Amino acid sequence: MGRRVSIASVLVFACVLRGGVARAGTGASDQEQMKGLDEQVQEIKSDVLDIAQELSRLEEKLLFPSGTQVAVFVELAPGDTMRLDAVRLSIDGKLVAQSIYSFKELEALHKGGVQRLYVGNVSTGEHQLEALVEGKAGDADFSRTEHFTFRKEVKPKLVGLKLTSSAPVALEEW
Amino acid sequence: MRPGRRLLGVGVAACLAAQPGVCAELKDLYFGEALYHAYQGDFFDALQRLDTELAMYHGLDEPSRDTLTYHVGQAEFSVGDFELDYRMHLRAGRAIKAVLEGAVDEAVRNEAAYRLAKIHFEKGQLDDAVQALSRIQGKVPDAIRDDVEFLRANVDLAMGKPAEAVTVLQPLRSDANLSGFVAYNLGIALLEEGHADEAVRQLDAAGQLAASDDAGLAIRDKSNLVLGALLFESARYDDAKRSLDRVRLEGPFSNQALLRAGFAEAQAKQYDRALVPWTVLAEREPTDAAVQEAMLALPSAYASLNLHGRAAVLYGRALEQISGQLERVDASIESIRQGRFLTALVREEARQDEGWVIKLRNLPEAPETYYLMELMASHEFQTALHNYLDLEDLRAKLAGWKTGLDAFEDMIRLRGANYEPLLPEVDARFRDLDARMRLRLEQKKNVGKRLQAMLTAPRPEYLATAEERIDGERLTAIEKVAGADPAVARRVAHLRGVLTFRLRTEYHERLTAAFKDLEALNADLETLTKQYDDFVRARQAATQSYTGYDVTIQRLRRRVEDAAVGVDGLMARQGQMIETVAVHQLTARRDRLAAQQTEARYAVADSYDRAARAQAGEEAR
Repeated sequence: MGRRVSIASVLVFACVLRGGVARAGTGASDQEQMKGLDEQVQEIKSDVLDIAQELSRLEEKLLFPSGTQVAVFVELAPGDTMRLDAVRLSIDGKLVAQSIYSFKELEALHKGGVQRLYVGNVSTGEHQLEALVEGKAGDADFSRTEHFTFRKEVKPKLVGLKLTSSAPVALEEW
Repeated sequence: MRPGRRLLGVGVAACLAAQPGVCAELKDLYFGEALYHAYQGDFFDALQRLDTELAMYHGLDEPSRDTLTYHVGQAEFSVGDFELDYRMHLRAGRAIKAVLEGAVDEAVRNEAAYRLAKIHFEKGQLDDAVQALSRIQGKVPDAIRDDVEFLRANVDLAMGKPAEAVTVLQPLRSDANLSGFVAYNLGIALLEEGHADEAVRQLDAAGQLAASDDAGLAIRDKSNLVLGALLFESARYDDAKRSLDRVRLEGPFSNQALLRAGFAEAQAKQYDRALVPWTVLAEREPTDAAVQEAMLALPSAYASLNLHGRAAVLYGRALEQISGQLERVDASIESIRQGRFLTALVREEARQDEGWVIKLRNLPEAPETYYLMELMASHEFQTALHNYLDLEDLRAKLAGWKTGLDAFEDMIRLRGANYEPLLPEVDARFRDLDARMRLRLEQKKNVGKRLQAMLTAPRPEYLATAEERIDGERLTAIEKVAGADPAVARRVAHLRGVLTFRLRTEYHERLTAAFKDLEALNADLETLTKQYDDFVRARQAATQSYTGYDVTIQRLRRRVEDAAVGVDGLMARQGQMIETVAVHQLTARRDRLAAQQTEARYAVADSYDRAARAQAGEEAR
């Protein structure tokens, strides 16, 4: 996370540097109360995060047991500037997930984030995966459908789809 | 339940101790997923993913064989970063301390110490900040070297040690990213140290630095504004005016600069020149404090120029506007007391934009925000507002989870209802098949042993076909019946000889065929074993799909309910705090407006009197 300096921080910072200048609008007792509340908010955030973790483990165990779990991730090749519009995913001919990308999501992918597009259950053995990718590279729109085969073993199956504008979708099995 | 991962070779942790963002190639999908959420500003989800991932990583017997190994240093840092972004400074501090105390590279440790010091500084814990900075020793990453020194100077300044700050800041003046801030802070440090002339020179330089981004332009404006104020206080009005003129007309400090520029001219008795900035300012957003001051300053300048008629008109207009603003402030206070301010704050569209607080003022149903710009810019208020929004998110999440737990219980009940009647019959059939399978496996094992033994101690009779075995038994029976008849005995011996001859001559072929058959049986058995294992797993999964969740769900339900109560209570208090502070702020503005209103009333009357007297004087002449 790089250095981020906002106008608001400049204003606040200027107040800090001027020493005796009071923080805008809030008195000392208000500040104390806000600080106390802030600490309590942090504590409850921490509690809720712990609950979220436990809930996520429970959900995974209940809905996607390791014996049948398959997860499909989507990432963009580093440095690729394509505008990804949508991805549609089918497993064994059945549509399982589709995503239309917002600006924020696309930005996150361009920065190197990986989207977990689908989590589901399949039996052990061979499966067919079809990925339809739509977007724009340079001035041209493109729509590309790729077919893959993956093998589900007893352990959870992780499938990564690396998208590039200049080459076919690459499938990585984990 | 950790998904299987691609195993790594040992010693490939190239990015183990790398700085965040340095390791280009992503090796761990779940870490990438956490980043995906963080890059979208969803720090709760990012933290949840990354905390889970790190907990699993540290729980592994051989974490070095996990794909997170490539990123673990970066991940530990990212946790601290995400926590900071999610305004969890206490936990962020702990996360960074953990990195600090771990067996990490010197550069990583120094970066962690820097981050920790920054957190302490932002929270006003200056002694802790100093202590954290003192842990920075040896190699400091290039990317943060200047930031470390800049922070050190800020801590010195905040602790009232301007001389130390000056010493630290002086060598930093050439850094491109920080130049505006360093130059400004150096000016302030010199000023606080008592070197007013040097401070003026420094701020003058800071006010003329090239800048392209908003923050750089803002700090340059701020330098010029502070310099203008300093020069004004030193009665150097022309210099003050020159400095204030450098402040951009569209920047955040523009109104203050215009107001002060007018005062600088007025102090120099240049009332006609004071009219220029004040006229511009008086036409701006009437809720701004500087604009309201200008509304009164402008007619006072006309009055000083003996243009009392014009002054009277402008005082009248100011009175009207100030009275209007007073009504607006009263309406705002009332609106806040009715809870509309908080309602406006949690609007979904307002959250989509970082500048949402500023844009709130455009909402017709949120008039209270007109007067809260200054307050909203304060760090405490921003924190309180964001906390309120975070609590609102948590409230929604907890409500969703509560429903989710109901659904889980329902699902478990349905699964139980489906499996319970089926499983006894399935188990009985399985036990039967299991017994038969074990028997056959035992038989196969014995056959295998026999064949192995026959390699060293040939037993041709073991390889006789069923027909040959029957023939042999028949010959034995004939021998018994025929007794001592030599012709029959000879004939039986001949036939037995043929049988034995065949068995012995075909022995090797038959043994090979038997081994091949056993081999073929192995393949079948392998398939059978796999089916058996699949069945056992499916059987286990069936039970596991509905048993053993009660305690976990009950505990989670209790935790969710407790947290929901806590969140509701905190939201109420946080909301009340925000409203109280906002009302305090508005009341202060109201008091100032009321004073200005009184001032304007007297000034209107006085100006009309003067104008009338002047007119009478002219008529008399």
